[in-house]
Amino acid sequence: MSLNVSDLSIARGGLPVLEGISFELTRGQALILRGPNGIGKTTLLRTIAGLQPPLGGTVSCGEDQIAYAAHSDGLKSALTVAENLTFWASVFGAQSIEPALEAYNLAPLRDRPAGALSAGQKRRLGLSRMMVTGRPIWVMDEPTVSLDQASVTLFANSVRGHLDAGGSALIATHIDLGLEATVLDVGPYKAAPLEFDDFDGGFL
Amino acid sequence: MSIWEYANPRKFLQTSERVMPVLWVSSGLLMAVGLIWGFFFTPDDYRQGSTVKIIFLHVPAALMAINAWFMMLVASLIWVIRRHHVSALAAKAAAPVGIVMTLIALATGAIWGQPMWGTWWAWDPRLTSFLVLFLFYLGYISLWEAIEDPDTAADLTSILCLVGTVFAVLSRYAVNFWNQGLHQGASLSLDEKENVADAFSNPLYVCMVGFGLFFVAMVFYRTGTEIRARRIKALMARERQEA
Amino acid sequence: MRDLRLAVRAGGGFGLGLAFFLIVTVMVPFSVGPESDLLSRIAPGVLWLGALLSCLLSLDRLLALDWEDGSLDLLATAPLPLEAVVTIKALAHWITTGLPLVLAAPFLGVLLNLPLEGFKWVVISLLLGTPALSVIGTFGAALTVGLKRGGLLLSLLVMPLYVPTLIFGAEAARRGAMNMGVETPLLMLAGISAGVIALMPFASAAVLRINLR
Repeated sequence: MSLNVSDLSIARGGLPVLEGISFELTRGQALILRGPNGIGKTTLLRTIAGLQPPLGGTVSCGEDQIAYAAHSDGLKSALTVAENLTFWASVFGAQSIEPALEAYNLAPLRDRPAGALSAGQKRRLGLSRMMVTGRPIWVMDEPTVSLDQASVTLFANSVRGHLDAGGSALIATHIDLGLEATVLDVGPYKAAPLEFDDFDGGFL
Repeated sequence: MSIWEYANPRKFLQTSERVMPVLWVSSGLLMAVGLIWGFFFTPDDYRQGSTVKIIFLHVPAALMAINAWFMMLVASLIWVIRRHHVSALAAKAAAPVGIVMTLIALATGAIWGQPMWGTWWAWDPRLTSFLVLFLFYLGYISLWEAIEDPDTAADLTSILCLVGTVFAVLSRYAVNFWNQGLHQGASLSLDEKENVADAFSNPLYVCMVGFGLFFVAMVFYRTGTEIRARRIKALMARERQEA
Repeated sequence: MRDLRLAVRAGGGFGLGLAFFLIVTVMVPFSVGPESDLLSRIAPGVLWLGALLSCLLSLDRLLALDWEDGSLDLLATAPLPLEAVVTIKALAHWITTGLPLVLAAPFLGVLLNLPLEGFKWVVISLLLGTPALSVIGTFGAALTVGLKRGGLLLSLLVMPLYVPTLIFGAEAARRGAMNMGVETPLLMLAGISAGVIALMPFASAAVLRINLR
C-alpha cells in the first residue's frame, strides 16, 4: 500500500505555511522530513494523518493505513506500561503486545505505572504503540526527542524491521537515524502569501 | 447575478454601505412614527389604562429576539454548507443585537407585568422561554469570545446554534407543559378573531416593521465591522509571518 | 472498548461527584430551613438539581485529560470512528458519575424527608434522565476541549441544554412523590434521552473533529 501526496498545500491558524508538496511513499521505503522549526512539518504530518483538512491538493492512501505518532505520547499515568499498550492493541485489534515490549526493551518495566517512567522511557512506550497498530504506514513527528543513543538504535531497528516487513515510514526528525531513506527538505515549499483578490481572499 | 455574490466580503461591504443609510433613516422614521402614534394617539385600554402602551416596545422586541436567533440559524447553516465567511460573521454580528432585544422584551414585560399581574416576574411559560433564550444567546456569544481561531469559532458556534435551536424548541414545549401561564396569547395572529383592537394594531405594525429594519441595519453595520476587524487581523498575521 | 472505561476510572474523580451531590443536598435544609413538610415538597427537585450539578462538575475532565496527553489525536486516527469514541466516553461518564448518583439518591432522599411514594419515581426518573445528562455534557466537553478555562464556559453552554431534561425529570419525580400521574413527563424524559443518545454523538464527534485540527 503506498502513500501518494500530490500538490499539497497546508495551513496553520488560517495562514498557508507550505504549498506544492508532492511525493510518493511505497512499500519498504522511508522518507525523512527536514526543515527548520516552525516551517510546518507537524502541520504537514497532521494533514497527512487526516487530522486536519488540506488547503489544496490531495493525500491518497487506503482507508485506515496510517498510524500516527505525535509529540505527546497519549499515555495514562495511572495505568501500567502493559495496560497502556494493551489498550491501544485492543483499539487496533492487535493480538499481542509482547513483540512491541521486546523491541523497545520495555519488558522489565511492564508493571510500572506510566506516570513513574522517565521521559525517555515514556517516549519508548509511545513509540512501541506503533508496533501494535498493525498499520503499514507510520507517520511520526520527532520520534527521537528525549531518547538516548541506545534507544535511538532500538527505534531505528524497529523502523528497519517494519520496512523489511513491507511497511513504510514518514518521519520528521533532525538527527541521523542510520536508515537508508530519502530525505525531503520542506524548506523550499514555503508558501507565498495569498493574493488578496480572490473570492474570500480578504480573510486569508 | 446570484445572491452568493454577496458572500464576497468586498461586494458585501460595497452593497451594504449603499443600502445602510436608507435602512437607518427608514427604520428610525418608522420607529419614531410608530412609537409616537402608539404612545400619544391611541386610546387608553378600558381595563389596562395607559400601561398597555408598552406593547409598542414589548411585542416588536420579542419578535426580533426570536427572529434574530432564526437568522443566526440560517446564517450558520449557510456557513456549514457553503462556507462563506460573511455568513458566519453575520451570525456573530446578529447575536448581541438579539440578546439586547431579548433583554428589552424581558424588561418591558416585567414593567408591564407589575401593574397588570401584580408581580415583576412570574414563572410563566412565555417569560421562562425568553429567559432560556437569553441563556442560549449568552452561551453562544461566550463561545465566540472564547475561541481564538476565527474559522474554528465559526464552526463550533454554528453547530452550537443548530443543536441549541433543537433544545430551545424542546425547552419551549417542556416549559409549556411545566406551567400553564398568565400571559395572554400572541398579540397578533392572522387566524384569530380576537385580536388586539385595530386602534392598537396599526401603530404596532409600524413599530414591528421599524424594529425589523433597525435589526437589519444593525446586522449589516456590525457585519461590516466584523469583516474589517477580521481583515486587520489577517493583515497583521501576514505581516508577522513575513517578518 | 471496555478499556476506555478503565482509563476513565484511572483518571480519578470517581467519588468526587457523589460527595458533591451529598454536600449540595445537605446544604439545602441549611438554606431553606428545617421544616419537614417544606423539605418533602421540594425534595424531588433538589435531588434532581443536585444530580445535575454533580454531573456538570465532572464534565470538564471528561475529554480535557485525553486532549492534554495527546490520546485524542491518536484516537482520532484509530480505526474507531470518533462517534463511537464520544459515545463510549459518555457511557463511561454515566457509569462513573450518573449511576452512582442514581443509587445514592434514595439515601439522600431520606435526609430531605422525601415522601415514601417518591423514592421509586426519583430513582426511575434519574435512571432515565442521567444518560441524557452525560451525553449532552459530552457535547459541551467536546465544544470546550481546547480552551484553557473551559470549565466555566462549559457550564454556561451545557446548562441551557439541560433545561428540558431537568424539567421533565424533576416533574416526573415531583408528580410521583405527590401521587399524581407520571406517564407523560416520564415518556417525554425517555424520549429526550433516546433522541439525545441517538443523535448527539454525531454533533459531539463533529465538534471534536473541528477542535482537533
